[in-house]
Amino acid sequence: MKKILALALLTFLSFSCSEDNGNNSNEDVSATFSFSHNWDGAEVNNTEFNTIQFTNANGEQMSIEKLRYLISNIRLEKADGETLYTSGHFLVDVTNDVNLVFQPYTAIPKGDYTNVIFTFGFNTEDNYSQTYTDLNAASWNVPDMLGGGYHYMQLEGKFIDNTDTETGYAYHAIRAVDNSDPIGLLFQDTFIDVELGPVSISKDLTFNIDMNIAEWFKNPNLWDLNTLHNMMMPNFNAQITMFQNGQNVFSLNEITE
Amino acid sequence: MRHWLVYSILFIICLSCSNEPSGSNTYVPTPSPLQIPQVFEDNILAPIIPVNNIQTEEGIILGKKLFFDTILSENNTQACASCHNPGNAFTDPARFSVGIDGSIGTRNSMPLFNMAWNYDKKFFWDGRVFSLEHQALEPVTNPIEMNNSWETVITRLQNHSEYPKLFEEAFGTTPITKELVTKALAQFERILISANSKFDRYLLEEATLTPQEENGLNVFMDETKGDCFHCHGNPNNPLWTDNLFHNNGLDAVFTDIGLGEITGDPADNGKFKSPSLRNLIFTAPYMHDGRFNSLEEVINHYSEGLQDSPTIDPLMKKVDEGGVHLSDSDKADLKAFLLSLSDPSFINNPAFNNQ
Ligand code: HEC
Ligand code: HEC
Repeated sequence: MKKILALALLTFLSFSCSEDNGNNSNEDVSATFSFSHNWDGAEVNNTEFNTIQFTNANGEQMSIEKLRYLISNIRLEKADGETLYTSGHFLVDVTNDVNLVFQPYTAIPKGDYTNVIFTFGFNTEDNYSQTYTDLNAASWNVPDMLGGGYHYMQLEGKFIDNTDTETGYAYHAIRAVDNSDPIGLLFQDTFIDVELGPVSISKDLTFNIDMNIAEWFKNPNLWDLNTLHNMMMPNFNAQITMFQNGQNVFSLNEITE
Repeated sequence: MRHWLVYSILFIICLSCSNEPSGSNTYVPTPSPLQIPQVFEDNILAPIIPVNNIQTEEGIILGKKLFFDTILSENNTQACASCHNPGNAFTDPARFSVGIDGSIGTRNSMPLFNMAWNYDKKFFWDGRVFSLEHQALEPVTNPIEMNNSWETVITRLQNHSEYPKLFEEAFGTTPITKELVTKALAQFERILISANSKFDRYLLEEATLTPQEENGLNVFMDETKGDCFHCHGNPNNPLWTDNLFHNNGLDAVFTDIGLGEITGDPADNGKFKSPSLRNLIFTAPYMHDGRFNSLEEVINHYSEGLQDSPTIDPLMKKVDEGGVHLSDSDKADLKAFLLSLSDPSFINNPAFNNQ
């Protein structure tokens, strides 16, 4: 009797020695999300940063010194209404050329999907439901006086203003908040769900996604940096304008296998 | 009888599972993991400890002795602690630290704490050294600091009455090397943790802020006023620094180009590492060149003294007017808040002081 027990333990231990990762179903693939950036079609990497070389729709010449933004809640929808949620969020950091490519841990079953969606920023629940130690360590927080939670994007640089002076701008996107009454903050959601459309998945694949940075200043609202170039976090209308201009910033370039 | 066999196989398998070097005669110093304070545990990522230099009791004891020992300097007059004094949160009160032969550098000494949470591991004002272990190589041979050679240091340590034994206890080997010296120093430096300011206790709901401190925090966090939080942390990032490099508008023309010297990129000229705002009460003077003697001067700088230059950070606002012009009461409150980040228990901690 004791021998059987010992043998069982032995088998168990031998197994626990090996590093198996479970879940190796042949029906699962992994999806990668890769972000590239452009200014109305001209590629932008951090090598293009720090010099005035872009012209926005309103005619200001400008540079980019910092660009980082948050992507979360990547999910895939099926025709039967079922949605596969992947876990995790990631901070795309173009300034340091890191995290431009993200692979959710969640394995994705092969099959036909009617839509693939990600969130720019955090939806309201994700924004306040928990502490993200990685985002705190990156000082990505929104002050409590504006409701807390996290930034969606930080885009910063310089522009030549209408007095011919090089001036800093800080285009920071967060959840829109009206703080005219500090103890009764009023919010409006400004995260953006970006839909990549239907896809049939049969093997590992990469979604190559483009961000056209110029769009933030263009459409439908022409952005005049002379009138608005900083202190945008507590500015409710500025956040709504960013949300509207953000609708067509992202596009699916191609899916590669 | 066969039980015996089964049990011994079992035993062998258990052993083979572990990654530890087996054999009972290998000496292993006593692990001494970092005590992670609650406010860090709750909010931010774990500290960075290199796998090849884990914290041990013996390593820390040795590192501490080395840190306070003048044996590292050429003429036996200067220790790390000479410029990194516990009573000043491990910096010194001089504008520029004085080296062993009276030579004066061009940079203000830096306070030392919470360095295991410098995730990018870039040290010095200009980030020129990667990792604490490498950092410690520098002061010993720097001509305007300890001005020594590593051969001399090793010979002295090797011939010393206590050090060979301490090194053996810390690392299990007899030949002393400069790598082991810097490993021990780094272990001691990593235990220099400061997380017990009034504001930390406020975060743990063990203290309350005065109305002044509370308004000061709001000035700090308000994008239309101080807007300090984009670079200097916030209640959810209680390191009170981003450990990144910025030009905060000190000069229109640079005498010291900081990060630009290291990267060779003119876009980095005039950028220096954001210091932590903890323990400011002990660390004057301020900035990389110690130009400001008081927090009033620092706050006036941000409020109305900003100097424009091509690399000034975009977060610096109304540069043409010198800044956002805080009211006198906002300035006083901001100062009160900043002082709430100072931690007297850190400078008085016997574990960090030379006895
Ligand atoms: C003569 C004064 C002096 C001595 C002696 C000295 N330091 Fe320093 N230390 C400085 C100065 C000045 C700086 C900033 C230099 C710079 O940025 O160029 C500094 C920076 C540092 C930093 C970087 C901190 C950070 O957050 O980036 C560390 C770590 C450090 N010293 C450790 C040591 C150790 C360990 C020793 C002894 C082996 C030592 N120092 C000896 C003056 C000194
Ligand atoms: C753009 C980033 C940035 C912002 C915003 C910013 N700082 Fe700084 N701060 C820095 C950098 C970088 C340094 C070091 C500069 C140097 O020495 O050249 C610094 C230095 C300091 C120091 C000196 C600390 C020391 O140990 O020498 C204090 C105090 C300080 N800042 C407080 C503030 C306050 C208060 C605010 C808001 C009013 C603020 N900072 C806003 C980046 C910033």
